[in-house]
Amino acid sequence: MANEKKIMTGVSRRGFLKALSVGGAGMLIPSGVSAVQERVPMPSDGELATLLDLSKCIGCGECVRACRESNAAKFPEPKKPFPDLVPASRARAEDWSDNRDVDDRLTPYNWLFLQNAQVEYEGESYDINIPRRCMHCQNPPCANLCPFGAANKQTNGITKISDSLCMGGAKCRKVCPWHIPQRQSGVGLYLDIMPRFAGNGVMYKCDRCYQLLDKGELPACISACPEDVQTIGPRHEIVARAKALAKEMNGFIYGLDENGGTNTIYVSPVPFKLLNKAVDKGKGKPHMKPVIDVMADETNLATATLLAPLAGVAAGFLGFGSKLLKLGESGNETNGGSDES
Amino acid sequence: MKVRPYPAWITRLYVFAMAALAATGMMQMPLTKRYFISDIPGMAWTSDFFLVHKVHYLLAALLLFVIALVAVHWFRYWYERLVLTPMGMARVVILGGLVVSGCLRVYRNLPDVSLDPSIILAIEWVHLVLTMVMGGVALAALLMKCSAYAKRG
Ligand code: HEM
Ligand code: SF4
Ligand code: SF4
Repeated sequence: MANEKKIMTGVSRRGFLKALSVGGAGMLIPSGVSAVQERVPMPSDGELATLLDLSKCIGCGECVRACRESNAAKFPEPKKPFPDLVPASRARAEDWSDNRDVDDRLTPYNWLFLQNAQVEYEGESYDINIPRRCMHCQNPPCANLCPFGAANKQTNGITKISDSLCMGGAKCRKVCPWHIPQRQSGVGLYLDIMPRFAGNGVMYKCDRCYQLLDKGELPACISACPEDVQTIGPRHEIVARAKALAKEMNGFIYGLDENGGTNTIYVSPVPFKLLNKAVDKGKGKPHMKPVIDVMADETNLATATLLAPLAGVAAGFLGFGSKLLKLGESGNETNGGSDES
Repeated sequence: MKVRPYPAWITRLYVFAMAALAATGMMQMPLTKRYFISDIPGMAWTSDFFLVHKVHYLLAALLLFVIALVAVHWFRYWYERLVLTPMGMARVVILGGLVVSGCLRVYRNLPDVSLDPSIILAIEWVHLVLTMVMGGVALAALLMKCSAYAKRG
């Protein structure tokens, strides 16, 4: 606890000094895009979110290139040949190491790509480019359902997969509403355990350039963009900004409520229904459909789990009590009470 | 089978909950499809990660109910007459760890909760390792014919 506090004040002081040198009170209530852009996001502000103003993106691809450069050291260098997986009919290696240049979809070597949508809306035609990557969900199923604790959400809102713990079972890709994480075989922990029988590599996706954020710098895709498409900041500020922007352009928002809320908020001048229809979708090319909160049932069941022991205590003190006791005392082994369960 | 000094249905309910929790716990690992388990008629649900997850939650609720019921009886009536066997004591301790780590896991999955990744990692591995230890101790207790948790004191 004390430890955490120390880190938090440390970071905010740094952020504070930086903000002072950049633009005085800009740190508290950013007035223009640039104020937020130049501001170093502080983890002590809680979850960080990004805003993508799709009306500005020109599709130059600078962010895609910057992403690859910034994360090159994290890309997998698989050992070949891959283990012969058992059973061969069900478990197949996935290999992108000879196709590292593919940039029109998500791969273990390409964590950000551009989707393009040409749409007609209210009599006008639009050419919209959409940078796509992990949404950094607020309650990420990829992390909640990872059985090894390899995928986790950090307190600053980054969802990150540990390449030293991931077994590559691709469960996160299956449970992610956008199927974002991508697998490379021939790397990771599974090689040291039972390489042929369990696991199949490591899953890769955007980690929001945590190595830069940790230093108080902006993620590469944000600083590389010549059009200032992306803004990063504390989620509450970004949400307010996204709503204001949408109102201003009479536009639409995606990611605010998707999957119960994400930390990637798109604002577009045309409805996302049209964009979703127009973009190329498929493996590694996520959709833009509305997404319900996939963890909602678990959230409700958590209450049931909490109430169950209370019910047990109540049952112990009430009806069940005498019955159990009587059976127990006489050592009676008939299961006369089994219906009560 | 040795007659236990408490009713059989509570034992059966407990054994069912534990076995089903261990099974649905292990199914959290993405292996049922790979090994054709989900191809067996009636077992297709085992490859539905969300369903298996929810069933684990429900079974955990059942287990917590049983544990609370028994605990109340223990402290109200049984502690005068019954004592825990050594193997029973060992498993009560492991069970405590499983319950605490499991409940922390449920807590972590709530929408507004963000724990430090290293804490999550610890919770996760305590839960997984205790599951295996529990399996080992339960098997040993069965083989040594001392699987009852308590006996008349
Ligand atoms: C109150 C009791 C329990 C609660 C609340 C609970 C809850 C959970 C939760 C939330 C998970 C995470 C699921 C996932 O990774 O997607 C989990 C996993 C698991 N549970 Fe439990 N559980 C309980 C008892 C047990 C017991 C008694 C066993 C075994 C005898 C067990 C075995 C497992 C296993 C093997 C996993 C997968 C590995 C892991 O994620 O650590 N659980 N449990
Ligand atoms: S978008 Fe997918 S991979 Fe990214 S945090 Fe959400 S569930 Fe995880
Ligand atoms: S760098 Fe900016 S303008 Fe260029 S593609 Fe990326 S988001 Fe669009």
